[in-house]
Formats: sequence, C-alpha cells, structure tokens
Amino acid sequence: MNYGPIIFLGVFLTIASSWIGLVLIPQVQFGRQQEVKIEETGEIYPTVRPGLAQQGMEIYKANGCIYCHSQQVRPEGYGADIARNWGQRRTVSRDYLHDNPVMLGTMRTGPDLSNIGVRQTSVLWHLQHLYNPQITSKGSIMPPFRFLFEKRKAGDKPSPDALALPKEFAPEPGSEIVPKPEARALVQYLLSLKANAPLPEAR
Amino acid sequence: MSATSPSILQALSPSDTEDVAQRRALLAEIDASCRGTLMLFFGTALVWLMIGTVFALITSWKMHSPDFLADIPWLTFGRVRPAHLNAVVFGFASEAAIAVTLWLICRLCRAPLMHGWVVNIAGVFWNIGVAIGIGGILAGHGTAIEWLEIPGYATPLLFVSYALIAIWGIITFRFRREKHLYVSQWYLLAALFWFPWLYSAAQILLIMEPVRGVVQATVNWWFAHNVLGLWFTPIGIGAIYYFIPKVLGVPVYKYSLSVVGFWSLALFYNWNGMHHLVGGPLPAWLITVSIVASVMMTIPVVTVGLNHHFTMWGSFHKLKDSPVLRFMVFGGMSYTVTSLHGVLLALRSVSEVTHFTHSTIAHAHQGMYAFFTMVMFGAIYYIVPRIIQIEWPSARLIRIHFWASAIGIMLYIVPLTIGGTLQGVAMINPDVPFLDPNKYSVVTMTVPYLKVRSVSGFIVLVGHLAFATSFIWIVARWIKAARQHQPAPIVSNV
Repeated sequence: MNYGPIIFLGVFLTIASSWIGLVLIPQVQFGRQQEVKIEETGEIYPTVRPGLAQQGMEIYKANGCIYCHSQQVRPEGYGADIARNWGQRRTVSRDYLHDNPVMLGTMRTGPDLSNIGVRQTSVLWHLQHLYNPQITSKGSIMPPFRFLFEKRKAGDKPSPDALALPKEFAPEPGSEIVPKPEARALVQYLLSLKANAPLPEAR
Repeated sequence: MSATSPSILQALSPSDTEDVAQRRALLAEIDASCRGTLMLFFGTALVWLMIGTVFALITSWKMHSPDFLADIPWLTFGRVRPAHLNAVVFGFASEAAIAVTLWLICRLCRAPLMHGWVVNIAGVFWNIGVAIGIGGILAGHGTAIEWLEIPGYATPLLFVSYALIAIWGIITFRFRREKHLYVSQWYLLAALFWFPWLYSAAQILLIMEPVRGVVQATVNWWFAHNVLGLWFTPIGIGAIYYFIPKVLGVPVYKYSLSVVGFWSLALFYNWNGMHHLVGGPLPAWLITVSIVASVMMTIPVVTVGLNHHFTMWGSFHKLKDSPVLRFMVFGGMSYTVTSLHGVLLALRSVSEVTHFTHSTIAHAHQGMYAFFTMVMFGAIYYIVPRIIQIEWPSARLIRIHFWASAIGIMLYIVPLTIGGTLQGVAMINPDVPFLDPNKYSVVTMTVPYLKVRSVSGFIVLVGHLAFATSFIWIVARWIKAARQHQPAPIVSNV
C-alpha cells in the first residue's frame, strides 16, 4: 500500500457509503413525513407548538435539560418505559416532526419527558419543581433553577404572580418569589410534551 | 553543522538518505520546521485541557451536590457539561491530534513543514473558534445537539481553520521524499480527510439547514460516533503504530495485520453510530445495520491489538524505563478493552440495560481518555524534547502524571461502569421506584458511584497539574536557551 491515490479512493468510498446509508437514505425514507389525521378524534397530529411553549423549548435547549432527560419511549417489552408510565405507547418518528432540534437524549439521570405534559398537568407543580426540585421530589439530584425566578419585595398583599412555596422553602417574610417569563415559558413547553395520540404505526 | 542550515537539504538527494549524518540532519531540519507550530498547538491544547478538567470537576460535583454553584446561570449543569466536552474534544484532543499528525506526517514523509505560518494562523483561529463556542455554550447559546453544541456563529471559523490544516497536511504528503508509505500514514491521511466531511455534513444538516424530525438524530449520531471512530481513533492508532516500534527499535509484527486492521476499520467504523439509538423512534433496519457494523469492529480491534501486542512481545520490561512507551501501551490496551466493551454495549440485549445510564459515560471516557488522551500524552513527551532540543526537566513529574492519570481514570471507569450497569438493571425493573429518598431507587442508588467519580477527577487533576508544570518548565528553559543564542545540539535519532 504505497500508492496514495488508492488509499484516498478507499477512504473516500468508505465514508461515502455510510453517508449514503445513515444520512441520505433516512432522509429519503422518512425526511418528508407529514402530519396525519387521527381517526378517533379527527384531529391533525402532530400540531405545531404555540408560541410560548416554543420559547420554552429554547430555555430547555439553552440549559441543557437533554443531558439528563430523554424524550423517547421504548416499545413494550424492551425496557420498562411503559411499565414506568413514561408513555402509553412507544414513540415513533412522526411524534417529532415539529421538533427542532429533536432532543431524543441519551441519558436518564432523570425520568423520560416524552409525556410529562400528560403525567404532571399542574403549572404550580412544575414551577415549584424548577425552583427547587426538593419541594416536589425529595432526594432528587436535579439542580435548582432559581435563576429562572426573581425575589421581590412583597407589597401589602402577595402579588398574584408570586409562587406558593412550603414554609421551609419560602423566602424571608416581606419578600416573595416570582417566576420570570423564562420559567413560565419552560413550563408551557413541558406541558406541551405529549406523545400519546393513537397513531396507527405506534400500535 | 547547524540544524537549520538550508544548504544541507539542498545538497541532499533522496537516494542519499542512507547516510546517517545526512539523515540526522534532515530529521533535525524537519523537527525545526515543525517547532513553532507544534509548540503553539501543544501549548494551547494544554490550556484547554486544564479548562476542560475544571469544567469536568464542576460537572461531576454538581451531580451529587445539586446545590453547588446552582445560582449562576452560566455554570448550571446543563451548560458546564457541554462546555467540558467541547473544551476537551475540540480544544485539547483535536489540537493535540493535529500537532501529532503534522509531525508524524513530516517525519514519515521526510519532508519539512513548508510555510508553517499558515498552519499557525489556522491554529490561532481554531482557538478563537473554540473559545467563542464555549463562551456561547455558557451564555446559553448551545445547540443541545450532542458533540455539536458549539453555536452556529463559531463553527464556520472552526471549519475553515481545520480545512486549512488538513490541506497543509496533504500538501506535505504530496511533497514527500520517502516513497514508502508506513501504516501510520494511512490512518493519519484518512483522518485528515474524514473529519472535514463529517463536520461539514453535520453542520449543514443540523445547524444551517436542519433536516426534519428524527433524521436529525441519525445525522447527529453518524457524526458523533464518527468523531471518535474516524478522527480520534485513526490518529491514536497511527501514533501507537509509530511510537511503540520507534521506542523499541523493532519493526511492526505483521504487515498483513496492519492492512486488514486499517481497511476493516475504514469499512465498519463509520456505520456504527445508530447503536446510540437502540429502542428509539427509528426504523429497525437502521439500528440493526449499526449493531452489525459494531460487532464487525471486532476484526479491526483484534487485528490491531494483536499487531501491537506482538510488537511489544518480549519487550514489556522496557515499560519501566520509557514513559513514552508506558503511555502508549496503556493507551493501546485501553483501546482494545474499550472497543470490545463497545461491541457488547451495542447489542440489543445489553443496550436495553446500559442505554441511558452512566455506563455510557464511563465508556466514552475510556475511549477518549484511557485510550486517546494517554496516547497523546505519550506522543507529546516524545516529540517536545526533539523539536526544541531540551530534555524534560523532571522525570518525577512525568511519573506522577502517568500514575495519577492511569489510576484516576481507572477509578473513574470501573466503578462508574458497574454503577451505570446496576442503574440500568434497576431502571428496566418497574418494581424499583425511580426516585425514593428512603429506598433503593434508580436515582439515589447512583449517588455513591457519582461521588467516587468526583474523587477520581481530583486524582486526574493532580496528573494534569504535573503535566502542566513540566510543560511550563520546559518552555521556560527553551525561552532561556533561545535568549542566550546557544547553538542547539542535534538530538540523536532514537
């Protein structure tokens, strides 16, 4: 093997093969997938996220939530995703049509979030959990996201935006914790995470 | 006879290289041509190594003590972690890889690095690109695409710098005086060609004009696995193929094994990436193809492992005397172990347990650190004294570096592999709660292993501090020698 061009040719062909196989063919096979009408409900699925939830996705992305939370449910009989109530069905490619970036994730330091909007529907729960995970999930190793909240001097009566907190987590009297717009948007994004539409291909 | 005198080179014709004095003069000229460029790359790589190590410790500490530095947005876990990855991968490892590659190409082609200033400029811009990228990640502009977190405004700079460096490597190859191609050159040239293809394709399809839906995931893992497989691995193996025989003064065991090892790696490694998506929302054929390719990786791993092992055969006692050899052999053995472990992890039945756990993180560090980084350390210890013609000031510091890095990384990998696997066993058992502070649960059972990982990080830090001290010390001596204008002696070619 003393002939440079042969090596270059081999090196070119090998990478071209996987580029065709793992990039080009998937794009041809499912890169132009479209929404479908769900027979049972007559709704179009998946829908584009509303603006605030879309902004929340940017917060999720900027703070690297993906490094501890996956967004994919493995099929029945493979892992315990469904038994753990992380979804009623496996997730399929169509679930992610409007996600950009697609944040499937490779780590479950925390639970899967494909259906967190189904499991936890309370805005208060999410805000408390983001402010300090120990409030709702004692023993969690998730970091607190207090920087998505601000501490304000409370007026005569608590502001309607103030976050209700259990005593041991509440700020000193006379001040209150108010979620910043980022926290509210992030919660809207989490509530929008629902991969439960009865798609025919996911049955 | 001055080492840098151009007249010697002009007097040389390729057929005369048998002459020892002339050969040494040529090597000295090659080393001198690489000097500034390599020291720039090694020096900045060291800075990124230290920054990356600090990020690593912060990340690791946060995993068991989530309140640590929690109120500083730019140091939140989800930003420091990718900052660590990009600092060590694109800052340290890639810069060390580029420098080692350029030097090996020059040496093996018997051609000096021409117009090194072009590579220097590319190196400066590469560093600026990495710095902007990591600043962007910490500022919250990360892309949340694993291994490609650097925001789109910094990546074109990285790509252009890299392309320039790769072109320079290939130009040097074109001007080679040695017609025989050694096995290391195959790997190095392939890596120089593969990386820009991977990087540009991933940038275009994920950042600039993103593809739709889960095709993003296939592009992501095609890229991310190939950064290891087609960029770091060939350079690591190419370096081992050079340094072990070089230090021992023996030929590589079998040429035929080298050929099989190289082509089977080229053929199979680039198809591996989808094993990161087992069980995911993708067609089964795509994942199966990658699992098959991952199993086929046994061929290049075993052939290369045997080739290196039998080259070392009968010389293992020399590990005592040569720190370079020690780093290389540690790296080579780690490559074999991590790759065979990787084959197992790719199987559906194993992946069901280990996917989504810390065992993957342990595996990644075994590849990137126990294999690749250790090989780069060995190469730096070999190359630097030859290009600046000054010995390492302290053998003890090198010993401390080796043992701290070796023990530290083993203390990282072994417990975290076990802990991660147990985490996976718990995760697929729905009777074990996911989080319960009072019971054995998926989250809480990992904490002791995460604490051990933090301890291992401090041991590795000791090694890196020893390395940094050595490096700063030798550079100080080099500057002092240059000030005194002493004509440097020619280092013998051993």
